[in-house]
Amino acid sequence: MLVFWGSNAREAHPIFFHHALKAIHKGAKVYAVDPRRSKTAEWADSWLGLDVGTDVALAYGIGREIIHAGLTNKEFIANATSGFDDYIKKCEPWTLEVTSRETGVPAELIRQLAHDYAKAERAQICWTLGITEHHNGTDNVRSLCNLALLTGHVGRWGSGLVPLRGQNNVQGGGDMGAIPKNLPGFQDVGNAEHRAKFERLWNVTMPPKYGMTLSEMMHAMDEGHLTNLYIIGENPVQSDADSAAVGKRLENLDHIVVQDIFLTKTATYADVVLPSAAAWCESDGTFTNSERRIQLVRKALEPPGSAKDDIEIMRLIAERLGRGWPKQTAEQVWDELRAVSPKHYGMTYQLLKERGGLQWPFPDENGPESPFLHGRLWEKDPAKRGQLAPFGTPEHSLPVDKLDDEFPLRLTTGRRLTDYNTGVQSGGFNSPIRFGACVDLSPEDMAQLDVNEGEWVRISSRRGSVLAPVRKEPGLRPGLLFMACNFPDEVDVNALTIEANDPISGTAEFKATAVKIEKTNEVPTWERNLFAKLDREKQDLVPAK
Amino acid sequence: MNIHYPGGPAVTPVKQITIVIDGEEVSVPEGSTILTACNAAGKDIPTLCYGDTLTPKNACRVCMVELKGSRVLVPSCSRKVQPDMVVMTDTDRVRHSRRLVLELLDSSVDLSTTPRIPEWKERYNVDSDRYGKRASESLTRDVHDPGEHHAGNGDVAATMCQPIKIDNDLYVRDYSKCILCYKCVDACGTQWQNSFAIQIAGRGFDSQISTEFAAELPESACVFCGNCVEVCPTGALSFKSEHDMRVAGTWDESQQTETTTVCTYCGVGCNLNLHVQDNQIVKVTSPHDHSVGHGNLCIKGRFGFQHVQNRKEDGGS
Repeated sequence: MLVFWGSNAREAHPIFFHHALKAIHKGAKVYAVDPRRSKTAEWADSWLGLDVGTDVALAYGIGREIIHAGLTNKEFIANATSGFDDYIKKCEPWTLEVTSRETGVPAELIRQLAHDYAKAERAQICWTLGITEHHNGTDNVRSLCNLALLTGHVGRWGSGLVPLRGQNNVQGGGDMGAIPKNLPGFQDVGNAEHRAKFERLWNVTMPPKYGMTLSEMMHAMDEGHLTNLYIIGENPVQSDADSAAVGKRLENLDHIVVQDIFLTKTATYADVVLPSAAAWCESDGTFTNSERRIQLVRKALEPPGSAKDDIEIMRLIAERLGRGWPKQTAEQVWDELRAVSPKHYGMTYQLLKERGGLQWPFPDENGPESPFLHGRLWEKDPAKRGQLAPFGTPEHSLPVDKLDDEFPLRLTTGRRLTDYNTGVQSGGFNSPIRFGACVDLSPEDMAQLDVNEGEWVRISSRRGSVLAPVRKEPGLRPGLLFMACNFPDEVDVNALTIEANDPISGTAEFKATAVKIEKTNEVPTWERNLFAKLDREKQDLVPAK
Repeated sequence: MNIHYPGGPAVTPVKQITIVIDGEEVSVPEGSTILTACNAAGKDIPTLCYGDTLTPKNACRVCMVELKGSRVLVPSCSRKVQPDMVVMTDTDRVRHSRRLVLELLDSSVDLSTTPRIPEWKERYNVDSDRYGKRASESLTRDVHDPGEHHAGNGDVAATMCQPIKIDNDLYVRDYSKCILCYKCVDACGTQWQNSFAIQIAGRGFDSQISTEFAAELPESACVFCGNCVEVCPTGALSFKSEHDMRVAGTWDESQQTETTTVCTYCGVGCNLNLHVQDNQIVKVTSPHDHSVGHGNLCIKGRFGFQHVQNRKEDGGS
């Protein structure tokens, strides 16, 4: 059984979904939990169309039903978990009726999901940003973890919790220490022993203080503690929530360096731009995918102009700072990582090449690989079982951007099959199936507003306002709007979104914005330019007399 | 890798089956096909509709071999080995069959971009001109009525010849080169992509691969993953970049490198084979034996490389 919760994998992770389709054709049951009846939901046996931001409530309702139906995995809960009693108490108010009222999902569907999930021989919950891009994204994830602990659907072959990574190497970035609390290889900046290992290797003294998350940096810029910024391969002016606020912060900084393969909108704020090689095809290295598989990335092209490999740029900067780092190949850098990260130690370039990638942990060249984690929870010997897995008891909390009479509609954002993030990469090719920038409305809302497809409307939130053409989407329920975030140059969706960050992950609530929508006769500049261009082309086509 | 994980599928040792091919014994794991055994024995069996990532379709009949005790020739790509089979791969009967198959295909289909055709034609003494002059281009292959077929008068050999379909910037369809092997249909259907954008339309010699109501691709259910192009054996489906270079006469595989790397568009980690000529990506394929994608990609992985070269055309910096 597969549960896609806040994940439109059919469009966002098409080749992962091929694997799901194999299971579907073999009879796997599929549930889709998503405010939208997405392309993924079209493949599901059942679709639970919940109201945006009610995931914690729905998970409690499912948990309570599993407990009351006597379908918990008692042995697993007793052996491998802690905090079950508190969890039961927390679940208790969430009867099917209460949950249904809060989430908008029919009680019978909640009951079915609960029973099917608990009874399934093997079951996975797959999620994406529909779960994490909320002010309480971490609570949402913990709620899903609770369901897996309740039923023992974790740490076993075919059962588990599957966060589908949105970007090619976001897993690898975190693994390599691009996280404020971590050193490369999951080692803690606050741990003197871990630090000592790196201090010996690099012959330096390291500050024991944790760094800042992106949202903390934004805050520090507001307060004036953070005055210089070095941005590598990120386009925050267009990708972060409340883009107007982000732009203002960057304008106020003393110095900005941007290292990117493009002159992005963010780069236009920079004092210095360092053109870099495209990591995936102009340099050697590794990416780590969603299943913890480290794979070799290879140079196939020479980078243009003066663009340099990221490793070389770093080395040159170190040189200017008076540190003579040696010139290193990607493999040498990797071997340095292996020397300090036990979980990566067994993965030589040679093995990565021969085996088409390897999943960590892989401490020993002789393997084995680890296709899933947390298997220890099933060990008979308590010593081997180790630390118990705790149930979480998060509070249900509706989105920060509240709906009211002035802003009565809920806008959610995401990606489409043919587009990617701020569009600087996917905009490079002519996709025949690209809708471009638009706002998706339910047929009911279109009738209410008296608008037709292609007509322009003004969408406003408490922070900003944009113009976009309407596209009809029957997969939306009345009151729910969807906009793709991939065309910020035409429609700056993040002018609308709210910078309400999850306190732990620092992720903003991109998925829940309160908006209003109005008919308008305005046509934005970019569209006028487009019409003018088309007119010119038409005139060019008129044959000379 | 046969590793047993707790709770995972049981790993049972695979039995070896021994068969005789052209008088020599060869052993392969139980469940293998005769083709696998032939390859293991170093035999060079021609194949067209066989696909290493697809269920055998038995459509082209070019891989037929003689099996002792069998009344008819058997398709080696799908027939599983059984103990003590005696297989002959190069008898007169086998050669005659392959010759006929190749003559019928070569007289009706443009095989100019199908790999190894000249070699096979020579090996099997193929004379595809013996059916006479080839029929010229038909503009109506997409519009015939079901069940309606006008038999020719024998003056010309019937052909698949028809105009090339170029209706988008990503890939083109040249059905004059189509041998109706079904690989694209299977890749688009339940075996991989599950988009069901194409099927066989029509009957008999009128049949051809088509979208619903022969709609242009952008109007069809196609999602432009290019997984059909990946498996096409004849070049009937080809990437627009390759097509344009062939038309311009600049396509030169001897000047191309092929580098395996990882897609940059999401966290799944599909492997890409970048075909590069003159420091430009000219085609993207995907390794068929990789556990993530099995040769499949989505529109972004397959066609989304252009941003790298746009950077170059902009003059870099």
